[in-house]
Amino acid sequence: MAIPRFWREIPSRYNLIGTECGNCGKRYFPPRIICPECHRKSVGKMKDVKFQGKGEVVTYSIIHHAPKAYEMQVPYIIAIIEFEEGVRATGQIIDCEPEDVEVGMRVEPAFRKIGEDGKSGVIYYGYKFKPA
Amino acid sequence: MREVAVIGIGETRFGELWDKSFREIGIEAGLFAIQDSKTKGEEIDALYIGNMSAGRFIDQEHIAPLVADYVGLAGANLPATRIEGAGASGGLALSQAYMAVASEVHDIVVVGGAEKMTDVSEVYAQEILASTADQEWESVFGATFAGLHAMIARRHMHEYGTTKKQLAMVAVKNHKNAALNPNAQYRRELSLETVLKAPMVAEPLGLFDCAPLSDGAAALVLCPLDRAKEYTDNPVRIASCGQAGDYMALHDRKDICTMDATVVAAKKAFKYAGITPKDVDLAEVHDNYTISEILAIEDIGFFNKGDGGKATEDGQTALNSEISVNPSGGLKARGQPVGATGVAQAVEVVRQLRGEAGERQVKNARYGLTHNVGGTGASVIVHIFDGGV
Repeated sequence: MAIPRFWREIPSRYNLIGTECGNCGKRYFPPRIICPECHRKSVGKMKDVKFQGKGEVVTYSIIHHAPKAYEMQVPYIIAIIEFEEGVRATGQIIDCEPEDVEVGMRVEPAFRKIGEDGKSGVIYYGYKFKPA
Repeated sequence: MREVAVIGIGETRFGELWDKSFREIGIEAGLFAIQDSKTKGEEIDALYIGNMSAGRFIDQEHIAPLVADYVGLAGANLPATRIEGAGASGGLALSQAYMAVASEVHDIVVVGGAEKMTDVSEVYAQEILASTADQEWESVFGATFAGLHAMIARRHMHEYGTTKKQLAMVAVKNHKNAALNPNAQYRRELSLETVLKAPMVAEPLGLFDCAPLSDGAAALVLCPLDRAKEYTDNPVRIASCGQAGDYMALHDRKDICTMDATVVAAKKAFKYAGITPKDVDLAEVHDNYTISEILAIEDIGFFNKGDGGKATEDGQTALNSEISVNPSGGLKARGQPVGATGVAQAVEVVRQLRGEAGERQVKNARYGLTHNVGGTGASVIVHIFDGGV
């Protein structure tokens, strides 16, 4: 991955920065440029907003067969988390044994290494989730 | 809009076709279809090819003129266009061709679908499949394509009590059908026990809950219905097509257990065709994972939401039961050359409606449906075919 591709997403990946529609007030994570509710009325009115990212597991899977970048991590848990702020995001659950994860489990975000570009390449950081 | 008919069908065998290149399989399927339709090369007005990712699978973009060239029609300056919509690429190519004929822009059109997936490593091929989800907000965190479908399955189990056995029954049924299909990748039956004991890929989905990586191509020839009898004794009418989209990422969908794009696309297709789900005799649905078939048969409207697993377990989707679902063996057992899928589904439905499906023939079939999905449901296209013309 070219460095700018990850770099430009850093606010969201490091600090859970999403957006809030200046027209209707609805919040989005990941960030959006246009509010799907307000359409053109939202253009230019989307403001950055920070999410806490605490929430619960909507669904999950334990990955045994992974892409090359993640093959050292298997088995790992991937989940869809519903934040208390109403939005949903996909991420890994860590500090949790695969057999202990369940739908409805409370989690909070954690700042972790996401991946790297080979042994001497850039290391990517971002959010994962851990039991709360 | 004028009525459109399918007058020719062709397909290659699906599987690990190591001795054949992309252009060779594309040509093979196309020639079969053209020969079947008894059209001549110079009559063809246009070619549309569904293909998901030749650029990554074989480092070759611009594949539509490549196939047109090697099928011998470059000298005729045949217009050739590639259509991409992830797993729905083939179905979208068919709909573009259908609209071109229906709108009187073209008369005779060839639709192809092709993918060559085994020229890259299995791990890399899975990464390419995952790129049809949201790369920046799903795949980058380690959500594999199987993992995303596994999360649909987990939630379906949570909400409706769907069981791993019910998921496995999809694979068992589709392998049973594929055993009767000479062009299928897996022409052998699977026991329920084998499916349930398979190594896990993404829990709760095991190896046999997942469709394979395949090479293969399929093709159709379309023409206006009122000219179809010039070419064939048994034309099949395209009764309708319905396409719908949805949020790109699974986490943004209204309901993880429902593919809204399937619901909307099917409703459009049924409305335009003037029939209901009860009128459909057979359906080729997008079973890239076993859970996908369960969602499909619910969201198209064959069964109520939540009943898909039980209906499958009870044999209501088996060959010549209430509704024959995936008589070809589906993506699961017939094989999954991604861009070919939507076209191959149509080839099977037309073959069935002509009464030429041999041992796996659905009896007294008049209406057939195809359901083709891109990504985890951000693109869906449904076609309905009528054999009663």
